[in-house]
Order: sequence, then structure tokens, then C-alpha cells
Amino acid sequence: MKVLAHKQEICTGCRECELACSQAFFKTDDRLKSAIRINNNFNTFHATMCTQCGECIDMCTAHAIYRDKNGVVRIDKKKCVGCLGCVGFCSELSMFYSDDQLVPFKCIACSICVKACPENALEILVSKA
Amino acid sequence: MGKILKQIRYTPAKIERGYSNKSLYINVGDLRIEEKEVTEFMKEKFVGGKGFDLWYLWNAVTPETRWDSPENEIVMSVGPLGGITQYSGTGKTLVCAISPLTGIPIDSNAGGYFGPLLKFAGWDALELQGKAEKDLIIFIDGNEGLISIEEGEEYPEDTHLLAEELTARFAGSEEDKVHVSVVSSGSAARHVLMGMLNFSFYDPRRKTVRVKQAARGGLGTILRDKHIKALVVKFKGIKPNLNNPADIAAINRIGVKYHKEMHDLDEKQNGMRKIGTANTILVMNKYDLLPTRNFQTGGDPDAVKISPEVFINQYLTQGLHDGCWYGCTMSCAKAADHFKLLTGPYAGQCVTVDGPEYECAAGLGSNLGIFDPQAILEQNFYCDTYGIDLISYATTVAFIMECYEREQIRPEHTGGLDLRFGNATASLELLHQMSRGEGFGVLAGLGIRRLKQVFVERFGADPKLLEDIGMENKGLEYSEYLHKESLAQQGGFALTNKGPQHDEAWLIFMDMVNNQIPTFEDKAYALYYYPMFRTWFGLCGLCKLPWNDIVPADNYKTDTPAKVPEHVQNYVDIFNAVTGKKIDQDELIRQSERVYNFQRVFNIRMGSGLRKHDKAPYRSLGPVTAEEYLSRQERYDKQLRELQGLDPAVMSLDEKIAATRAYREKQFELLTDAVYKRRGWTEDGVPTPEHLKEIGMDLPMLLEVVEKHL
Repeated sequence: MKVLAHKQEICTGCRECELACSQAFFKTDDRLKSAIRINNNFNTFHATMCTQCGECIDMCTAHAIYRDKNGVVRIDKKKCVGCLGCVGFCSELSMFYSDDQLVPFKCIACSICVKACPENALEILVSKA
Repeated sequence: MGKILKQIRYTPAKIERGYSNKSLYINVGDLRIEEKEVTEFMKEKFVGGKGFDLWYLWNAVTPETRWDSPENEIVMSVGPLGGITQYSGTGKTLVCAISPLTGIPIDSNAGGYFGPLLKFAGWDALELQGKAEKDLIIFIDGNEGLISIEEGEEYPEDTHLLAEELTARFAGSEEDKVHVSVVSSGSAARHVLMGMLNFSFYDPRRKTVRVKQAARGGLGTILRDKHIKALVVKFKGIKPNLNNPADIAAINRIGVKYHKEMHDLDEKQNGMRKIGTANTILVMNKYDLLPTRNFQTGGDPDAVKISPEVFINQYLTQGLHDGCWYGCTMSCAKAADHFKLLTGPYAGQCVTVDGPEYECAAGLGSNLGIFDPQAILEQNFYCDTYGIDLISYATTVAFIMECYEREQIRPEHTGGLDLRFGNATASLELLHQMSRGEGFGVLAGLGIRRLKQVFVERFGADPKLLEDIGMENKGLEYSEYLHKESLAQQGGFALTNKGPQHDEAWLIFMDMVNNQIPTFEDKAYALYYYPMFRTWFGLCGLCKLPWNDIVPADNYKTDTPAKVPEHVQNYVDIFNAVTGKKIDQDELIRQSERVYNFQRVFNIRMGSGLRKHDKAPYRSLGPVTAEEYLSRQERYDKQLRELQGLDPAVMSLDEKIAATRAYREKQFELLTDAVYKRRGWTEDGVPTPEHLKEIGMDLPMLLEVVEKHL
């Protein structure tokens, strides 16, 4: 399984990852369209992104969420009806939506943000599970 | 595939702010297919859904129209909010017709995908008029813009076979099955007056067609009388913006907030995602509300045998999404998979049973004295596939069983069926007789109002006893809540437009358990506000359960927790976000009031709808028999002392029963007075011209009807 991991202790909160993500998937520098969100909590930086736990798979009312061969939880955009149930049901608060998009979006562990991080505070972990 | 009798092409209308602004008229007698404009007048006065249905129905029929007249229509509409995906419970189809059981308009609603797909195929409403000579299938393809009518004789009649076959045929592939929905009834609907409509949706996880029901009032009987075997709609491409709403951001925001609430609170509150409506069986039993043996008592020690845990652990497939429309995270539409049938034409086969819902477990269980989950699910399955409204069936059979045990009818009348309480085998045989059109089953299928007459006139039964214990009002059988101790709910059932059904008002807990509406004025207000509020769901294409089967965590802090103010505001905001209008909570009620009063006047036009038609059977109000009184003697004696200042110690049992009855019947009359006044009606239950004017419904067609009764 591939999952994005964040090293809180070395993150400086520059939020380059957010911009890289929104640029990669939505061609825009809009942090609200990033699948990773860095939150500043008294200068400690916490990242919100999908843990690939898969809780959203069974609850999806359109059967549009699945785990791919790499263990990454993905949304089938053709099947998704944009109910946003998964957004409300995500325990990690890491399923996102934007009013100008018809389907929600999430981290797919693509590693674009990993490459964009100047501090090497992000990495993709790969496990057999 | 049957011979194509008629086929037309059309250009599907684009949806604008919740409306396609077109409705479809099909006459199955002469095969006319016409398109009608949905006018601003209709939207202003009737909103949509049940409002549109009633409007079209009024214009289709005359006071002389009977349920089987060719001009009687089945009208269905989903409403302007129907089909949005971001909020729970937004896929309800509302169906109206002149009912075989009541002779007045019935409105019934169903989940399943039909209504939303119909709208996205370009139709705000569908009128079905006329009568065909042979069975037909009507198919609407919303992507291709095609409507076809073909012969349907070759298809099976029972829904679990028919809907599966039609879904496969019109989908063409496994992947496309979710884009097809079928409306059908079943083999019994040709033989009984309580036939219902199944609305399908395909469940890709279970790989089977599931069904939800527009069950009440005999709609399936009319469908089959018109020789319509099934309606099929196909539409591919569901997205959250198909209603072309005015403000999708607002809908998204409210939807996510609600989904989060469901995620965080459902397990702590009603567990709807886990067990659905059947979660309440033991709660009802605890509060003496679970109707048992024809509403004689409110529970039984054996109720534990049909507890939610029994169904969860032994029958239901849990942990999966079970909504009957996209986006419903309440997901209460439960099912038992691989259920092996023991009786009837499908004995030995394994099937999927939709349910049990609460009404099923209470009606086919405790109210028949049957505390056997296997028997409950088997009756549930056969009611569904045969096209029988299980509420009318259960309440009718409960009545029959009591008549049988009290020797008002005997084995020679029932064809030898030993219809005692608890005899599940006899009940199942009755269902199979209804399907085959044979024996006592066909008689039972007439419903309680007609059976009372048959039992008295042909079998010599006691008319007074039958009037007291036959749980019907306006010809419709009561749904499954014991409500003798809730005066407000007695009104909630009897002072209704279509007959005693809990979707107008469900006030038992508020009234009896929580004592939130103690005075007549409080109860009258509740019987004004809640029926109006709940009517609104039917105007918009919504399910009521997401309103109060979960509530915000801080709901108890509000002034009116029973109303769930935050959720009411959600509905106001979503209505405005879809339609671009600017209603508030008062206008929401006013929208309903217009349609509610229209329906009341419609009833009067059809020869009902007056005070005498709102009368409740005494079993609804209090203890009819000595056994009933004695079973709760302590309670009734206490009431004699505290409410009437009588001393039960010096009274005979007959005197106590008579005094209780006189008091309770008087209370019901006082309640009726207060409710009519609050609703703007005369003492005879007629909406006054002044009230019609105040709510903007002083239409000449309505005034003409009410003026004859002032």
C-alpha cells in the first residue's frame, strides 16, 4: 500500500506542497484545491491528507470508490454522483470538494508534493498490507 | 420482447432550477402520448410532487369517477428538490390516484430511482390515464429521448422476477443496470384492492434489483386494472448539478454538514445505518405502543423474539450502503440476502428480502401475534413480490384474526383456514390465495371497510363490535402504532386527508412519552404544524426520515427540539438554493397548506372529507373489550379517578368501560373542534372561503365545492 507521510518535526509550513498539488490536478495555485492541507498550530505544522484507510469505500452511495492495485483509494469520476457523503464521513477530514467541481478529490499518493517539498518533509511509504 | 405498439421521439427538456417544466401524459387506452407545459401557476400554488399529482388528478376526474373508471389517473412526480444527490433522502416519487379503498385521492410515496430518473429524462410529472385491453410495458429512455409502449403479456407478473428481467433487458449490460428503474406491482394486485407499487433500483453489491414501495391505498390495483404491467425509465449520467440549481455551493455546504452529523451521531442516536426503521421494535414494546393482536395491547413479552438484534444477527446483510437513492447516508433500506423461502410458488428458492422495516415487523409480526422472524420476512417478501400493501394487509388480517377468535366468522367462511393469532402458515396461505385469485384471500383483499359489511351481512357478525375493532378510517387501514394513550395521535391518524397513515403526523412520543403538548391548543397546533410540515416533503420529493431520525447534537438546547429547527432551516435553504426563490420557514408551511387544503376540498368534491369521515374506530381511542380493559386495568382505573373523579372500586367492569369510552370519545370530539379551528375549517371540517383566500387558494373551482357545505 502506498501512503503519503508527513514529518511534522521538519516541516516549516511553507505550503509548497499545497500549491504543487493544486497545480498538478487543477492547474491553479489555489490551496483549497489541494489534497494535502498544512495547518499551523502554534508554529507546529500538521498535515491533513488521506491515510488510504478505505472507510469511504463501503459507505459510497454510488459504489464509485475503490482501492487500486497499489492499495491507493481512488474515486471513479464516471461513477461518482457528487453526493459528498464521503466528505462528511471521512474520519481524517481529508476528502475534499470544491464547488466548481462535480466530484470530490483526495490524495492518491502520487508523490508530486514530495518532490515539491524543499525540506524533504514528505515521503511515500510503501507497505505490503 | 413484445410487439411495439407505439413509439415516439422527444427532446428531453433541460432542467432549470429543479424543474424540467414539462410533464408527460400517456393514455394507455388509445395510446396517446402528449407533452404538457408545467406552468408558473402550478409551481406557485402546488410546488411539485404530490401538489402536481393532485392538480392533474383534479382535472382528470369528476365527482362520479371511481377507482376503475378509465379517466382515473395514476400521477407521479418527484418534485423540484428530487434527484439532488448532496442531501439524504432526496429521491422520493409521489404518486396519486383515486383510491380503490377510499374513493378519494390517495397519495403515497416511494424511494427507488424512478422519480429522479424520470425528471432527468425531462419530465416533472407523469400522468397515466385510460385502460388497455392487454398488458403493456411503457419504456422511457431519457438519454435517447424515446418513449415506447409495447405488449407485455409474456413477462412474469411478480415483481422480483419482472423487475429483474426488465432491468437486465433495458440496461443491456451489468454496468448499466443502475441506470434503470422499474415500477411494477404483482400477481395479487389484480385480485385485491390493496395492491401496491414497487419502485426498483439496482444494487450492484448484492447484484440484484431492490424495491421500495408506494404502498398505500391500492395504487397497484389501479396499475393492473389499466393493464400496465410495468413502467421502465432509463437515464445514465447522474451528477450533483442535474437540477441546474441556483446555488450549488449552498447545497454542497448543507449536504456535507448533514453527512458529518450522520457520521458522528447515528450510532449514538437511532442506528438507522445499522438496522433502519426496525430499530424501534423494542422501544415501541417498552412504551406499550407496539400493536399486538389487532391493536388490543401495546406489546408482548415475546416481542424480544423479533427484536432488531435477531434480524441483524440472523438475517440482514450489514455494513453496506443501503440507501434507496444516491447520497442518502442514512441508508435505512436494509435487506436480507439468500433468504430461503419455505412456502408458495417460490418455496426452496433463495431470494433477497427488502426489509424488514418497522411497519413490517409490527404489522406482520406482533399485530398478527406472530413472533417468528422467518415468518415475518417470508410474508414481507410475498407482500412485495405479489404487489400487496403490507400495512393494509397486516391490519386487515389482524382484524380477521380477531373476528375469527371472537367467533364472528368461522372456518366455513374462511375456507377452512384457521386464522387464529399467531398462525403464520394460515397468513401465508392467505397471501398465496391473493396471488392466485382464489378463496378467502380474495375476500380479505377487499380491506376492512368492505369486510365489515360482508361479515355482518353474509356471516351474521355483530356490526357494533366490528365497527369498534375494525381499524380503518375513510376505508384505509391504520398503520402500525398503538395510540390509545395519545389523543394527539388519535387525531394524527383520523384527521388526515388520505386516511390513517403515520406520514402526516407522528406525535405519540411528543404527546404521550414526553408530554410536550398537554393542552387541546397544543395538540391542535401540533396537528396543524406537523401535517403541514410533513406535507412539504411530498411537494419536494423528499423523505421525512432524515429530518428527525437524526438530530444535531445541540438540538435539545433549542426552543422547539421536536421540530429540529436546524434541519427545518436546512430544507428552507436547500429549497432556495435549488429554485432560486426566497422562502422562509413560514412560507414553507404556507406552501403545504395550499396543497393540504386543496386535497381536503378534493375529498369533499368526491363525497368525503367532512367531519363524519374523520371519525375513528373506538379501538383507536380506547379499550373496546373487557380483556383490553383488564390488561391495563390499573391505568384505566387511575384515569377514572383522576380525570373523571369517579371511584372505580364501586363500579362494575361494564360501567368502567362505558365511562372510559364516553370520556375518550368526548375528548376526541373536543380535539377535532380545536384542530378544525386551527386549520381554518368549519366545525364540519370544511375549509372556509376566508381561509382559502388567506392562503392564496381562493380558486373558483375550490370555492364552488366548499360553498355547498357552509
